[in-house]
Amino acid sequence: MIEPMLKVTGLVKSFGGLIATNDVNIDVAPDEVHAVIGPNGAGKTTFIAQIAGDLRPDTGTIQFAGSDITRLATPKRARLGLARSFQITSIFRDVTVEDNVAMAVQAHDGHSFRFWREARRDPQLRDPARAVLKQVGLDHRCDVVAGELAHGEQRQLELAMAIATGPAMLLLDEPMAGMGAEESARMVDLLRSLKGNVAILLVEHDMDAVFALADRITVLVRGRAIATGEPHEIRDDDEVRKAYLGEDD
Amino acid sequence: MTWALLLEQTLNGFQLGVLLFLLAAGLTLVFGIMDLVNLAHGSLYMAGAFFCATFTDWTDSFIIGVLLGLPATLLLGIAVEMIALRTLYARDHLDQVLATFGIILFFNELARIIWGPEGLVIPLPAWLDGNVEILAGVFYPTFRILIIAVGLSVALGLYVLVARTRIGMLIRAGASDRDMVGALGINVKMLFTLIFGLGAALAGLAGMMAGPIIEVNIGMGEEILILAFVVIVIGGIGSIRGAFVAALLVGLIDTMGRSFLDLLLKMLISGNAAETAAPALSAMLVYVLMVTVLFFRPQGLFAPRGG
Amino acid sequence: MTMNRRGVVMTLFLITVALLPIALVDQPFYIGLFSRAMILSIAAVSLNLLLGYGNMISFGHAVYIGIGAYTVGIFAYYEIYDGFIQWPVGLAISAVVALIFGAISLRTRGVYFIMITLALAQMLYFLGVSIDEYGADDGLVIDVRSEFAGLIDLEEGIAFYYVIFFFLLLTIFIVHRLTNSRFGVVVRGAKSNEVRLRALGFSVYQYKLTAFVIAGVICGLAGLLLGNFTNFVNPDMMHWTRSGELIFMVVLGGLGSLFGPVLGAFVFLLLEEILSDLTIHWQIIFGPFLIAVVLFMRGGIDSLLGKSTDD
Repeated sequence: MIEPMLKVTGLVKSFGGLIATNDVNIDVAPDEVHAVIGPNGAGKTTFIAQIAGDLRPDTGTIQFAGSDITRLATPKRARLGLARSFQITSIFRDVTVEDNVAMAVQAHDGHSFRFWREARRDPQLRDPARAVLKQVGLDHRCDVVAGELAHGEQRQLELAMAIATGPAMLLLDEPMAGMGAEESARMVDLLRSLKGNVAILLVEHDMDAVFALADRITVLVRGRAIATGEPHEIRDDDEVRKAYLGEDD
Repeated sequence: MTWALLLEQTLNGFQLGVLLFLLAAGLTLVFGIMDLVNLAHGSLYMAGAFFCATFTDWTDSFIIGVLLGLPATLLLGIAVEMIALRTLYARDHLDQVLATFGIILFFNELARIIWGPEGLVIPLPAWLDGNVEILAGVFYPTFRILIIAVGLSVALGLYVLVARTRIGMLIRAGASDRDMVGALGINVKMLFTLIFGLGAALAGLAGMMAGPIIEVNIGMGEEILILAFVVIVIGGIGSIRGAFVAALLVGLIDTMGRSFLDLLLKMLISGNAAETAAPALSAMLVYVLMVTVLFFRPQGLFAPRGG
Repeated sequence: MTMNRRGVVMTLFLITVALLPIALVDQPFYIGLFSRAMILSIAAVSLNLLLGYGNMISFGHAVYIGIGAYTVGIFAYYEIYDGFIQWPVGLAISAVVALIFGAISLRTRGVYFIMITLALAQMLYFLGVSIDEYGADDGLVIDVRSEFAGLIDLEEGIAFYYVIFFFLLLTIFIVHRLTNSRFGVVVRGAKSNEVRLRALGFSVYQYKLTAFVIAGVICGLAGLLLGNFTNFVNPDMMHWTRSGELIFMVVLGGLGSLFGPVLGAFVFLLLEEILSDLTIHWQIIFGPFLIAVVLFMRGGIDSLLGKSTDD
């Protein structure tokens, strides 16, 4: 068996009396798309925040690429190759699309204590940035100020930034949120093109997208992982239907 | 060092502490509820002192001076809020800091025009101007005892107001969740004006209490304002309880440092070196306290909000 | 390259400043005023690095002016006038203090950051006030200006003027390079979206702290110049209201614009000069003016020169 890229063991997080993450175990293989689904309030956001490093779990461990990252700060996790997109689009709105991606390239490149040469004319940053923008289909929008992009394009840009950091794993928090059918389809295509080259942990409400992309699915209900399995297993699981699929969404 | 001196300095520390609390209470409320950084709070402290000096001069009575000075500062605070500060609530902190800095310049100059560049003295009535024997053979100024009493009463009054009344409920709600107050159908504008006025009156009261001790002058607000900031940072911004605890802490440590640090140092190092180092160290003591607290609790001792 | 309006205005401005001592040979008053304005411009440009680019509202920046000036003053007090000793020491102390203050205050954010920078600065102010040896409230007289082995004579007003002018140009150039470098891109990113920056893998704290130290050192340079220029130093130079004035210069000129703080500092001083000629109560006009700038002139003077560009 291949060593998993991400291995979460016995994760617990509670706020006061509320247990938001209750003994969750998940692993993601290096070439796998692993989706996490669950009704609202299932604790998906809290779960993602612990993986990314924004929240510390009460107990449990998170292993990434063979090392324990449970206590590591967000930037350090990112530098190990854990890239993420946010539920609410998070980009640098006041600079151009290319500047955004160049910043991500710079993060990966690792040489940011350089005080003199002009960053915007640095081919080591700009060339890879353009290549990634081409990959996600935003190369015609390079010089547009990011805040002026359409919503769907902004989400593409965010994914481009994640890709540009050369990640071993993508942590995607509802990448289709707020997208129209056409935009969603394009995003699914894009993610499918990444499949196999990078581990993906996908939290998503759009069930069509999830079943189209995921190799395995974990269902989170009230902080607990009630089932993990391949898409057809999840679809046929009685407990999942009862707790989740049958009821709403 | 005698026990009498220690007692006296402890009381002095309390007295500075309650003054700082009067200032810090309004500052921390205004920040906690309106999210407004108000540098001009010190101007209201100064205004209170000048009002009191003038009214005392007119009426020959310090007590009437205070009783007239309080509503005057309250009204001034309300006027400042309605004319200038209201538009700043939606602005970022930098804008607030600068605009209220402008208000300081304006009020300092206005005070110079009205009262002249010289300081004023607030004369105390005879019954307040003496000393009382607090312990056998230990005398302490009556007026300073009054300050402590007034400060503690105000603290108690604020506690009752915040913990037990409808306005207090709104204040607490506002400090933890600003939007909720609006959702309750409360006239938020009016509530804000009222709270600001209350804070102004407290700052003014602090000025009136300090006036007879330190002399009323222009710029008196700028010095103590920073100490009040230190207090609310230590206490946790937005927390009245924190402001109270931190004010007493700062008052005591500052006073004790100034009185006894040289004695302490002389036990450790040579007399000469101690005499040079002690004033410098004691001037920095409360800031060291602040840094220490922040190191362990970046949100202060009693932060009302997380994050 | 075509020149925009901002370029034209700034070029004319710099030429005016450069030629002033030639045009006004026997007007020491104006030469003094402009020298002062240039020194404060250096301080304002350094503060803009924090305020305008890094979104760090430091309310204690005048401290570094005080450190620079006190370094000259204390050395002069011990009759050490060699600028090659005074200046490196002054810059080094500025760096160390900025490193300590920055390390403490950058652990916090928002209004806590404002208040802590304010309080730490005030701590040094009171330190100055409490040291009798160095004049306490009254400060120190600097009877002999820094000496540079006969290379340049700061006692000579015009020569000093051009030294200041040189350092102003150097500061602007350094800040220009800095803000457009890889490092600068990160610092500006922290203003725009710090969460994203962290998620990309930048440990924002280190970058902010570095910017904080750089700004402190440049402002320390302004302090070295100011101490020499005014021939004295006192704690008042570090008072928090001085820091407030520096912030106002930056905002008046234009946050996050390269030349804005220079224009802000000049307009600030000229206005102070003109108003105080009109009335001794000039602050009664100046205060409301400050409020009006905040409320109605977002973007400062720089925004009057057209849409901002960073190149």
